[in-house]
Amino acid sequence: MARNRTFLLVAPALIVMALLPLGVGGYILGLLTVAYYTAVFAMSWDLLFGFAGEVNFGPSFLIGVGAYVAALLNHYWGWPIPACLACGAVAAVIGGAVLAVPALRLSGPYFGLITLVAVLMLQNIIVLNAGITGGEIGIDIPDVLSIDETTNYFYAFGFMVVSGGILFGLSRSPVGLILQASGQDAIEAAALGFNVAKHKLTAFCISAFFSGLAGGMLIFYMGTASVGTVVDIAVGVNVIIAAVLGGRRTILGAAVGSIFLIGANEVLRPLGQLATFVVSAVALVVILFFPGGFLGNYLHTGGRE
Amino acid sequence: MLALQILIDGFAISSLYALGATGFTLIFGVSGVLNLSHGAIMVVAAVIAWAVAGNFGTGPYIGALAGVAASLVCAFVTYRVIVRPIQDSRAIPREEKEIFVLTGTLLWGIMLQEAIAYFFTNNPKTVRPLVEGVVMIAGVRTPWNEILTAGLSWAVIGLLWALVNRTRMGKRLLAASMNPRGLTLLGFEMSSIYLLVWMIYGVLAGIAGVLLGAFLGVSSDNAGTLTASAFSIVVLGGLGSVSGSLIAAYVVGYLETMTAYLVSPSIRTIPVLLLLVAVVYVRPQGLLGRR
Repeated sequence: MARNRTFLLVAPALIVMALLPLGVGGYILGLLTVAYYTAVFAMSWDLLFGFAGEVNFGPSFLIGVGAYVAALLNHYWGWPIPACLACGAVAAVIGGAVLAVPALRLSGPYFGLITLVAVLMLQNIIVLNAGITGGEIGIDIPDVLSIDETTNYFYAFGFMVVSGGILFGLSRSPVGLILQASGQDAIEAAALGFNVAKHKLTAFCISAFFSGLAGGMLIFYMGTASVGTVVDIAVGVNVIIAAVLGGRRTILGAAVGSIFLIGANEVLRPLGQLATFVVSAVALVVILFFPGGFLGNYLHTGGRE
Repeated sequence: MLALQILIDGFAISSLYALGATGFTLIFGVSGVLNLSHGAIMVVAAVIAWAVAGNFGTGPYIGALAGVAASLVCAFVTYRVIVRPIQDSRAIPREEKEIFVLTGTLLWGIMLQEAIAYFFTNNPKTVRPLVEGVVMIAGVRTPWNEILTAGLSWAVIGLLWALVNRTRMGKRLLAASMNPRGLTLLGFEMSSIYLLVWMIYGVLAGIAGVLLGAFLGVSSDNAGTLTASAFSIVVLGGLGSVSGSLIAAYVVGYLETMTAYLVSPSIRTIPVLLLLVAVVYVRPQGLLGRR
């Protein structure tokens, strides 16, 4: 039943998204391209928070490491794009593991603070080494994925579908159940014989892998990597808002939330500076009155039937 | 000479940090809430004080009062509209309340910050100091305002200490931080105690915001950094321990001032971040925290 409902929801949405380039202009496709990469950020974050129960305040640490490693390799050594992306993703996993191994001993606010500090450190390192990294202005990247909007759109779309499929499948697999158990009651999960720390670390590494890869893809789409687009705390905050808005512990909701967030920011653009205010207010109302998010109630009631 | 300069500047900045972090830690100690709109509330206080004193020509004192009042209102709204409904909600599982409070206060902080940026622009603003002029302390030019900032911060912290330790109301707060259930069984209404804590918090954050605005100047872009620095100080000192936060505020204040004077202002926050990471790994409960 749950499978059916999810399928009924996802399949038509995917068909519409795949046919979109036939009907809409390049500008909207560009927006959606960014939204799809953000969706991958949010889905990776949801795997960590919704399932492993760990609040990662610094998703942009993982995103930023992946993006900057890819950018530097391409800028200085002219490595081909796939090699840069692979190295960026591996670097994000290594960075994530270095951060997570000691940090997972901590819990709640302490874990959150460490991940927040990691972002601030990364930001400081990038800005201080401005000679190499371009500092606040950013670093330009010689290669781009494609100059054609439709091709770019399909890269992002395909990437989102594949990552989303893997993350969603993982969340519904036995591993996902163990993660969920360790997130909700770590002691009981451990008593049942599951290695909680190992599973959480795995979740962190998977989350890091997809965040880093998506970060790399995003900068190869934009042609430039800067602190403001991939590292800043505001980037991470957006990812968290998108995931909570769409419905935590659903993975798919995170994608819906991201597309909604980017769309809302665009629709509200005429309001100028007030746009962020309105988006935050909407997100706050959703959190206060519909804590399940957009998809939370729909998918979860489906699961219990 | 330079040493004395660092000593004086560091003392003033640290006192201000201590005042800002005290309110933050009080809320956590009594009601277990980490308020991520803290920085934005301080900015509101400073900018309102600046606007009232400057635009209506009422002078710095009325301006400062208006700033503190604005902060009080913000604290009340934070508690009544965001924190309390989330804590009372049946739809949110208990183990997820914390993340909802964090996300909710974070969003509220962004809203305050954007509203300030919209109405007053995000240019840095310096609140007119309550006292003007400079004085020479052993050859170091020190503005009276800097001395006032340190003095006033300590006076307010002292008042808070007296309130908590010497009055019946304070005893109730202490009891609430130790054993809320026991206090409920004795017939005290928890929600009124929480409201009281938030009101005290509003006054503390307001005074800290106005003093910060007069001392260093404030822009709406600072809200995030202010929250992060209060968060770091409180974790460094031990979550919920007021005396721990006071010590941590001085460690952070002096470390930043020394880095800025002796190495370079551009890396002033890095040693603090490194120290924070080290402390959290080695001693997660902080300097004086209890577990």
